[in-house]
Amino acid sequence: MARLNTAKNIASPDDVYEMLIDLHRDCDEPESHRRNAKLILALANHVGDPEIIAEAVALARRSA
Amino acid sequence: MNDAPGRKSGGETRRARGDFSAIRIHKRFEPSPTPQSGARHPIVIVGGGPVGMTLALDLGRRGHEIVILNQYDFIADGSKAICFSKRTLDIWNRLGVGRAMVEKGVSWNVGKVFRGARKEPIFQFDMLAQKDQEMPGFINLQQYWAEEILVDAAAALPNIDFRWGHQVAAIDLAENRLSVITDDGEYDLRADWIIAADGSKSPMRAMLGLDFEGRVFEDNFLIADVRFKEERPSERWFWFDPPWGGSSALLHKQPDDVWRLDFQLGWNIDRDAAKNDENVAARVRGMIGADHPFEKVWYSVYTFQCRRMKRFVHDRVIFVGDSAHLVSPFGARGCNGGVADVDNLGWKLDAVMRGADPALIETYNEEAIITADENILNSTRSTDFITPKSAVSAAFRSAVLDLAENYEFARPFVNSGRLSVAVSYPASELTTPDEDRWSGGVPPGSPALDAPLDGGWLLSRLGWEWKLLAAAPIKNAPLPVVILDDEKARARYALDGAGAYLIRPDQYVAARWKAFDPKKLEAARWLG
Ligand SMILES: Cc1cc2nc3c(=O)[nH]c(=O)nc-3n(C[C@H](O)[C@H](O)[C@H](O)COP(=O)(O)OP(=O)(O)OC[C@H]3O[C@@H](n4cnc5c(N)ncnc54)[C@H](O)[C@@H]3O)c2cc1C
Repeated sequence: MARLNTAKNIASPDDVYEMLIDLHRDCDEPESHRRNAKLILALANHVGDPEIIAEAVALARRSA
Repeated sequence: MNDAPGRKSGGETRRARGDFSAIRIHKRFEPSPTPQSGARHPIVIVGGGPVGMTLALDLGRRGHEIVILNQYDFIADGSKAICFSKRTLDIWNRLGVGRAMVEKGVSWNVGKVFRGARKEPIFQFDMLAQKDQEMPGFINLQQYWAEEILVDAAAALPNIDFRWGHQVAAIDLAENRLSVITDDGEYDLRADWIIAADGSKSPMRAMLGLDFEGRVFEDNFLIADVRFKEERPSERWFWFDPPWGGSSALLHKQPDDVWRLDFQLGWNIDRDAAKNDENVAARVRGMIGADHPFEKVWYSVYTFQCRRMKRFVHDRVIFVGDSAHLVSPFGARGCNGGVADVDNLGWKLDAVMRGADPALIETYNEEAIITADENILNSTRSTDFITPKSAVSAAFRSAVLDLAENYEFARPFVNSGRLSVAVSYPASELTTPDEDRWSGGVPPGSPALDAPLDGGWLLSRLGWEWKLLAAAPIKNAPLPVVILDDEKARARYALDGAGAYLIRPDQYVAARWKAFDPKKLEAARWLG
């Protein structure tokens, strides 16, 4: 089943991580939540497949 | 107001009917006389709301003797349902009142969702995607007008005994006996079947000690029904973050220049202050313009719940409408869901009273619960979008609305209410799954789709009984056949050659075959 790619898939992880952190550098917490939500929605739409999204949601819910 | 039966007043010991003097009245009726105790009836319906009355009309038209008890001796005024769906109109049309509803109501198909002061909608939907059907996608009509039309139609049938001012005070389940209070006495009656159509507070549910589980939402909404003159397209307009303040608002056109304005108020509010004339007027002026004259019709503040009973059938007592399930108003699924219940139940009770296996009633329990769950799911999701319960949930709502202004992908997430449509039962035991390959048409378990036919309409030809729907005549057909000698109609059903659909009395598709063979009907075991 597992179709969510949990193997390494990003060539420059530090760059991507920095982008995610930078997204929140100049804003307060409510705005931060809002930007995160926009990001999740845009990526979820790009992925499209509800099963993969469900797997990612389950992964996010796990404590480790 | 005291809804509870058994009130004592002025030293009187006799139980008295509830005091309903606080309720504003649309139309009053002569209280019905108190009959002798001990009569036995095939069907007694408790509750003369839109759902009970629709069932009375359905079974009445099928020729049954019906007693319907209503604690009120009037139709109440005030703001309840206004939006009646295509499916409800198709059902009411079968019962002979669809045209009257449409003529009195305001028809609409399109809903638009706005954000802030932006003039262009961020989302838009059409409730009649398939054109060329007799009934519109939706009408807006004050519930009391709908009730009056139903009462008039019921009054024309001598076999419907409508009892005004008759309040059920007790039930004896072992005997299927009801005790009824009127203004001049008490009596009891027994029934083969008792239908509890007694509304959200359902005294019947309470008397039987039955469960009613689900979620209660704490957000408050203000309804302002106001009268003013304005030319606007008859569409449903909904605003998120409206420019005049608040988090959402809704505008609906009703007959007689009445408009329903609905404002989201939030959690911790002073409900009385919110509906005080001055405060409401300020909001109304915000929405319709500061110098637009308007007249108050009705103001109320409401909250809502999403819950249902675990089972709707309890031996010979059957729950329908608000007594069985409650939804938030987003999506107009309350009364429409209740009308769907009785449409589903009517033909089954009819069949059982004519000798079919009483187990058929269990399929009402099954299918009506599927409908209730789908309505609760949709209305809960709308509620979660419209009234976010946490900071993160609010952030998601804002994110969707921000994105929807510029990006197509975000628009379908915008949820201002998913409006009531007929629910399908693909997995019901009354549904035979396709054994052939179909592309298009109406799948088994879904309601038949209307189409122009022979200068009239297909649904009215399907009528009240089991039917076959075919492209060409069927030799020695075991059931009445409706022939689709119209290309558009055939296309809607993807029918050609020797294909046929089996249609239930509630106009749902039970089965379909590319090549019909009468032997196949054995599969549809409830045909009787
Ligand atoms: C603000 C608001 C807006 C709404 N908008 C919509 C909408 O747009 N579309 C929609 O589909 N739904 C809407 N609804 C829901 C809709 O009003 C209800 O779903 C509908 O009234 C349910 O009908 P009912 O016949 O099941 O119950 P009710 O209308 O509550 O009728 C119950 C009847 O039973 C009678 N009764 C109760 N107890 C007894 C007793 N002991 N003996 C005898 N009689 C008794 C009562 O007098 C009453 O006549 C809205 C509701 C509200 C509050």
